Formats: sequence, C-alpha cells, structure tokens
Amino acid sequence: MSLPDADKKILVALAGNPNSGKTTVFNALTGTRHHVANYPGVTVEKKEGRFHYDGQVIDVVDLPGTYSLTAFSTEELVARHFVFDEHPDVVVDVLDASNLERNLYLATQLMEMQAPLVLAFNMSDVAQSRGLEFDLKQLEILLGAKIVPMVASKRQGIDELQKAIIETAQQQQKQPLNVHYGHEIEEELAKIIQCLEGHAQKIHRKYPLRWVALKLLEADTEVQEWIEDDALKSQVAESRAHLYEIFGDNADIIVADRRYGFISGACQETIKDTVQVRHDISDAVDRVLTNRYLGLPIFAILMFVVFYLTFTVGAIPMTWLEWFFGWLGEAVTTIWPEGILLPVRSLIVDGVIGGVGGVVIFLPNILLLFLGIAFLEDTGYMARAAFVMDRIMHKIGLHGKSFIPMLIGFGCSVPAIMATRILENRRNRLATMLVIPLMSCGARIAIYALFVAAFFPEHLRGPMMWLIYFIGILLAIVCVQLLRKTLLKGETVPFVMELPPYRMPTFKGLVIHMWDRGWMYLKKAGTVILMLSIILWALISYPKAPADELVGLDEHQQQSAQLQYSISGRIGRAIEPVLKPIGFDWKIGTALIGASVAKEVFVSQLSIIYSLGDSEANIEALEEHLQEDYSALQGFCVMLFCLITAPCIATVAVTRRESGAWRWAILQYVGLTVMAYVITLVVYQVGRLIAG
Amino acid sequence: MMTKDSQMPQDKKPLDTIPPGATVRIVMVDAGSGLKNRLAAMGLLTNGLIRVVRNDRAGQIIVQVKESKVILGRGMSHKIFVTET
Repeated sequence: MSLPDADKKILVALAGNPNSGKTTVFNALTGTRHHVANYPGVTVEKKEGRFHYDGQVIDVVDLPGTYSLTAFSTEELVARHFVFDEHPDVVVDVLDASNLERNLYLATQLMEMQAPLVLAFNMSDVAQSRGLEFDLKQLEILLGAKIVPMVASKRQGIDELQKAIIETAQQQQKQPLNVHYGHEIEEELAKIIQCLEGHAQKIHRKYPLRWVALKLLEADTEVQEWIEDDALKSQVAESRAHLYEIFGDNADIIVADRRYGFISGACQETIKDTVQVRHDISDAVDRVLTNRYLGLPIFAILMFVVFYLTFTVGAIPMTWLEWFFGWLGEAVTTIWPEGILLPVRSLIVDGVIGGVGGVVIFLPNILLLFLGIAFLEDTGYMARAAFVMDRIMHKIGLHGKSFIPMLIGFGCSVPAIMATRILENRRNRLATMLVIPLMSCGARIAIYALFVAAFFPEHLRGPMMWLIYFIGILLAIVCVQLLRKTLLKGETVPFVMELPPYRMPTFKGLVIHMWDRGWMYLKKAGTVILMLSIILWALISYPKAPADELVGLDEHQQQSAQLQYSISGRIGRAIEPVLKPIGFDWKIGTALIGASVAKEVFVSQLSIIYSLGDSEANIEALEEHLQEDYSALQGFCVMLFCLITAPCIATVAVTRRESGAWRWAILQYVGLTVMAYVITLVVYQVGRLIAG
Repeated sequence: MMTKDSQMPQDKKPLDTIPPGATVRIVMVDAGSGLKNRLAAMGLLTNGLIRVVRNDRAGQIIVQVKESKVILGRGMSHKIFVTET
C-alpha cells in the first residue's frame, strides 16, 4: 500500500467481541455525530461516524460484535465481507483487556485475513485492578500489531488510539504474522495452497491464499462454494480426512484449538497475574440476582421502576406536548384568514397537527423507556433477567429476553417492537414482534374503561379488565406456539450467551442509545404516519355533507351528520352486514375505522357519532347511549375485538421497519384482524345462545 | 492436546449433571459444526477447563470459561461431556 495522500480519507473498521466496550470506543472516537443504517441486504445495524485528526478525515464503521469470523452467522459474514470488500485502511480490534485470551481469538482471525490491525486493549483499568500486568512491547512483537491500552469509558487512550490509527494507515503494510498450526496441519495447508496456486482459480486476489486454504480446511460454507476445481476439492477432502484420522476431530475444531494454543502461549510469556482471587464480587451479585426465589421479585421490581418512570414521569412532558399541539392547532385556526381555503386549514389542523401530534406525544415515553432499558443492558443486568425469565418463557417457545419487549407492549406496541432488537435470534424476534399487539397497550385502556363502566356493575369491573388482559396474554402464547410450529419453524437454537461483567454505564452511552431510538421514532412519525394520518383525515372529512342536511342541527349534531356522510361513515354502514354476526352495527364500524390510526380515537369517534362532541365531560352521557343501544354481551365483544384486531398504523409501520419486510407487517395486520373476527364471532354467537 | 476416541476417559458425564462450584474439563462436545465452532469461539473447547457457577436442577446453567461467564441452555449442556478434575 502506498502512502495515502494528505487529503485522502482514512477508513477504519471497528471489530471486537460483544461486551468488549466496542460501542464505547466508537462513541469516544466519533463523538455524538453518527449515522445508523443497515448493512445492505441484511438487518444488521451499521453505525458510521467520523473524526478529524491532524487535518485528516477518518471515517469509522462499527462492525457487528462477534466472537469469530466463520460463515455460520450473518453478523460474522458481514464483518468479514467488510474487511475484504471495503479494504479499510485500518481495522481496530477492541479487546476487553481483563479477558484477553478469549478476545484475542477474533484478533488471530483478523491477522489471518491480513488486515492492517490495531489492538485496543480496552478496560485496562479493570485488568490492572485484577492484578494483570502486560508486557505490551513483547505482545506487540508476538501479535504483529500495535497495541493501545485504553479506558474508553473515561476517554483514556483515545488520543493514542487515533495516533496509532493514522500511523498504521500510513505504514507500508508488513507481512502479518501467522499462527503456526503444528506440522500436521501446516503440511495439509501447504498442499492446498499449492493446489490453489497451480490451478488458476477464480478466487479474487483480495483473499490471501493461506486464508483461503485455511477456510477450506475448516470447511467454511462460503469459501467452499468458490471452489469448482475437482482436484482441489478432493485435496481438501483428503486433508480433512487425514487430520480427522490423526486428531479424532474435525479440522475446524483442531484449528480453533491451535489458535487458542497460540494465544495462551503468547499470553503466558507476556502477562503476569499478580492477584489470584477474582470474580468474588460478581459471583456474589449473581448469586442474588439470579437466585431461584429472589430473581423474579427483583426483576419485577426493576421493571416496575422502569415502567413507573416511563409512564408517570413521562406523563409530565407529555402534557406539555399535548398542550403545545393543541395550542398550535388553535393558533393556526385563529390566524387563518376567515373563509379562505378552509379545507386546507382542516387538513393542517386536524390531519397533520392532530395526526402527527398524536404520535409525537409518546416521544417522552419512548425516550424514558429506552433510557431505562439501556441502563439495564449496559450494567449487564439484562442478561441476568433473561436467565431468570427463561424458565417460564422457554415453556411457551420463546427466549427469556422476549419477556422484556412483551412487557413493554402493555405500555405501547411501538417501543415494544423496537425493543425486540435485544433478541439475537431472528425467528424468536419475529415471533415476539408479531404477537406484541396482543399485549393491551395504554391506548386501549380508554376503550376498556368506557365499556367496562357502561356495561358491568362495580364489583365486576376489575375482574373484567383482568379478563381482557389475560385473554390477550393467552392468545399471544397460543400464537407464538402456532408461529413456531408453522411459519417460524426451526429447531430452538441451542442457547449460548455470554453473561457480561457488571459495569457502570457511561452517561454519554446511555444518551446516545436513547436518542438513536427516539430519532428513529420521530422519523417514522414524520413520514409514514404523517401520510396515513392525512389519508384517514380525508376519509373522516369527505365528502362534505350538503348544507341543507345540516340545517337546524346544533354543532354536535352537525359533526355527527358529517361523520355519517363521510367515506368513513359510509364504509361503516357498508360493512355493517359483515359486522352484524359479531354483534356490531355501523356506529361501531365507523369508530373502528378511526381507531386504525390510534386505538384511543375509537372513543372520540363514538362520541362524535352520538353527537356528543369529543370532550371528556360527556363520557357519562356516552355510557348511557351505549347502554341503550347495546347489550353487555355486545359491549364485551367490542372490547374483545379491540383487544385482538389490527394494530394501529404506528405499529404497522414499525413492524415493517423492524422486520425488514412488508409481508410480516401485513401478516400481523391481516392475521390479527381475522383472528379478532373469528373469536368475537364465536363468543357473540355462543353468548347469544346461552343468554337465550 | 486433542485425544483420540480410544483414549477418551471413561468417566465422562454430561455437563448438566455437574453441581455448582465444580471445575471440570471438557472431553467432548456432541454437536453440529456450527454450534461447535460457536462454542469454540467462546472458549468452550475440548480439553478446556470450565467452572460450573449455577446449576439448579432445571433451566439454563451458567459456567465460567476463561475470564467470562456463559449461559448455556439445558439441552446444550447435556451435549457437553466433561470429566471431573
């Protein structure tokens, strides 16, 4: 590699194990300005940032956190492809210095890929407090890469790391060190390399031959596909068979074993362990947090605190936002010139401000919720919670961690679906995502509260609410099992997960985490939700009722007549025959259409239909109207239907985004609606039979 | 280093039968190559020493491997064979 021009950008890839503090290093290097996207074609998150050093521009790409670089997982393939295809000028491998042997395993593989490597020994303060002393000079020679000790959370060593990046980028690339695999394996490697050279294979020059040979020996599923030559194929098969005969295990496992051998050799020479006793505190904390009896209550209390903060503290800025959007709507109405372009005013006030405002007011909840989750994750508690919950969740075919997004679903489906990101397994994640709307969200409380109060005596109201929530949970369990046995079939992936060490999270890390999620939500509100809100506004507002039909009606009656005259009202009437078997009439049908924007709209739409306006003072009057028109059975059916049926548009949009495909969002929408119809139908018809 | 099948110690037991606190040596991992590689990358290799941290008679178990703790599903841990040291 030649010396880069002074104005050439330097590209840095950040690799490392999960829990090595890679994200903290990324944040410390690039500051708060970064860009989050997905790697092309896969739903693996890609973070990009930039920093300046000595007048140079350095772009940093955060690779997925992995333990190795095999072809067995998407994350590992993504990382590996990036190193080969994008030719980063420097690859920084972030290592947890207090757990060096395991962390160096990835480094040896980066060495084999001949990546220009810098090793960031992160958390070297922890290593030091554990009594580890490194001979860094010697280690640098043994590993053939520059080593920078650092404490990213305290910004120690960041400057040194930046300097090392520049130096490595400008250096003539030196021949990297190879792990010596012992003469049996080296012999076979040499044979394969010879074959590779002999037959002008179609393997691109960007792959080092020794690496290709090694991957073939390891039976790497991706590299194997590049090979067409029969002689080479049979050489590889022969070598693997030969090695199996000698070692009694597959070549890939022996290679892994030798890598660890190389690492522990290097470590033995260069690391002095001055303190023997370790893990005491962490073990003691674990004993309490994962205790058979204490684990669950502790988890319940912590989750309660998170929810309490989210929905009570969050309620304060929420009222400010509500006030602000209300004020904004009124301000626009007031300053709008009398009699000009009134439909546009209505579009802006009722459609845009009302629609987007209704979504944006949840932002404080979302920010607080993700702050809480980020805190629990960054301290290392979340993995313990997953362990505690696993015994219960395992029985219904989900992973312990699935419990967290489901719990959040009782607040709001949107952050809940975003929280499924903590699940590594895609099938698990999709199954969880699809059933989350069955957890009764906060917006649906408004509907239940109205109907329970209207149709059930005081002493039955509590149990009725409980019953509705319980039905939702029960259905979610049934649906998960159904999904896992049909669409999302597949062996329950054998479960292996690292229990990260306990750590104090950094304020900056928490804020960045929180803001990333919040920003994603805002972007959604500004695009898809805005568009759908406008469509729904049009459905409710048009066509306008002719003036002569409104004569002699008061304001509320006019609103009611208008709604009945609109497309929404007409659809409500048109679908009445379909809704009849489940006990609904056109009024409920019309309200349901409005509810597809946001569930709580159901109540205000009903109020308008009954010519009551949508103020809260009229709730009692509304209850009386409902009692006149419907039976308790019908009331229960409305609640049941609202519990199960199609999620709101914000949920649909976020499901589409998080699943990466419309088909999952559509499946969720249609599936839940059909299920709601069928179940309500059965309940209503059977209920009528029993009631006589 | 690696041992041949014939030299495999006879007193091997599945990991899920080992009480907490015990330090054991892995003698065999009975799994497909994807999982075996994943375990290897996390340090769970034949001949490696691990310490059982948590093992209630049901549910996942926690082991200490090198400097980190790893949660293993019960089914998984039944396929890891170990000898007591």
